Amino acid sequence: MNRKGNTKQKKNITKNVFIYLGLILIAVICAGPFLWMLATSFKSGQNIYDLSLIPQNPTIANYVGVTEFLNIPKYILNTIIITCSSIALDVVFSALCAYALACMDFKGKKIIMGALLISMIVPAAAGMIINYLIICKVHLLNTYVGAILPGAVKVFSIILLRQSYMAIPKELIEAARIDGAGEMRIWWKIMMPGILPSISTVVIFDFINKWNEFLWPIIVLQDPDKYPLATALQYLNGSFNYKFGYIAAGTIISIIPVIIVFVLCQKNYVEAVSGAVKG
Amino acid sequence: MKIKNRQTIKAYLFMAPALFLLIFFVFVPIIGSLPLMFFDYSVLGKTRFTGLDNFIKLFQDYEFRKALFNSILFVVVVPVIQILSIMLALLVNRKMFGITLFRTLFYIPVVTSMVAVAIMWGFLFDPNGAINTLLIKLGAITKPLGFLGSAKTAMICIMFITIWQGLGYYMMLYLAGLQSVPKELEEAAWVDGANGLKTLIKIKIPMLKPYIWFCSLNSVISAVGVFDVVYVLTKGGPNDATNVINYYSYVKAFQDFEFGYAAAIGAVQAVITTILSIVVFVYGKRGGGMTYSE
Repeated sequence: MNRKGNTKQKKNITKNVFIYLGLILIAVICAGPFLWMLATSFKSGQNIYDLSLIPQNPTIANYVGVTEFLNIPKYILNTIIITCSSIALDVVFSALCAYALACMDFKGKKIIMGALLISMIVPAAAGMIINYLIICKVHLLNTYVGAILPGAVKVFSIILLRQSYMAIPKELIEAARIDGAGEMRIWWKIMMPGILPSISTVVIFDFINKWNEFLWPIIVLQDPDKYPLATALQYLNGSFNYKFGYIAAGTIISIIPVIIVFVLCQKNYVEAVSGAVKG
Repeated sequence: MKIKNRQTIKAYLFMAPALFLLIFFVFVPIIGSLPLMFFDYSVLGKTRFTGLDNFIKLFQDYEFRKALFNSILFVVVVPVIQILSIMLALLVNRKMFGITLFRTLFYIPVVTSMVAVAIMWGFLFDPNGAINTLLIKLGAITKPLGFLGSAKTAMICIMFITIWQGLGYYMMLYLAGLQSVPKELEEAAWVDGANGLKTLIKIKIPMLKPYIWFCSLNSVISAVGVFDVVYVLTKGGPNDATNVINYYSYVKAFQDFEFGYAAAIGAVQAVITTILSIVVFVYGKRGGGMTYSE
């Protein structure tokens, strides 16, 4: 009996060793390229294509160089302007809209819900041409506003927030209405605090999306000085791809904020991603 | 009735800002591209109605046929990505020291911008890049491989990068699915003498069904619409080997300014996406429940 227990334990240990080996191998495949890019960004000109993960004579020359070459602080500022404005618009407008859809009874509710759901299926690319023409017509080409407005409010956020409003007991609203509170007051004082976790989910999603967005800014902003970081990086890569060290440094600068936000807000984010299926 | 009317007004006031933006930048663009595809519309020339000309031109356009073929070929990534991410989810669905760290590491490619990802892999796949150096050192090859520069392998590289970036996302979804399998069910199976493989086939996979359909649907839509990685890395080349419809439509619209023609290409993409979505959806319903709803 004892012996059997021992072999079983041994079997378990070998199994675990294999699992860890597998996990490490996959981790190398997933995170390896990032580490290599990080190492490369500290390498000097000659050994830049080198495989090694530890630079021989680490230098910050690439970071200095790319900042002189591209005015990185300006691009970071642009990214922050675009990202923060989009998030603010999305949170406020979606929260207001979702409140009506979740807690109010009105004509045309079904039609609006239906239209919102259908629009989620249509790929965003389909509307890009007309979006561009509209932005041209209203003279917002080459402005931040033109880069921000079209993608600001997301149907996904409205649906998500509606869901969490509906989890708040109806009696709370009824009681407040009987007490004579206005809808605006109910929304701000009672409902908003109740959906804060979902608001933070919207913020994280939007942050990652907007920080990474590069295509729409290329189309709308003709002046490279207005580009956000991801777009500028694409521009650098397309036009000066021999400056490999610079590109490596620029890439690292552009991905670090997203990775930090993701790691900090991971739990919330992952729950929201997996919640999408359960609906 | 009167109260309801007042509520209606209030409700629309609440929705006004969001609806305003959505109407102008989501609904009008979607609906507006429908008539656009029947016009010869460009910024420079005169706009004129051309009926089905854009579509006739489309199917005589060699480049378009190539792009269409490539986009359909690209859907091959869907089963690969789904099977790999289910396996990955099974691997990380256990309580072990450091497992959260591994999950985080697997997920990082998902949150990174495609620009950064594509730049990284572009350098790794470079003829002088790390992968070639490694392969030469290992003695697997003598001359550096072209990877992205060769028409034969460029598409495979693009697919590989897409799979690499998407794995973590689907893994997280499947992990949520696996964690919703009741423990008792699994334990009962063990007691009845089922081995690991049997519990997987008889219990876990059936429980995962709604997730599999949801993920496949998403994956199909994004495969047909693949754009970013092509745009950053290959620009459709070499020799149109990686030209896909979404990229071709972009080129026609924003480089050649043939907006009507680009809208027609977009329509083909929308039709393919819709057909594939319906196929997945209908099979999903029949096969045991797509639970995704409002």
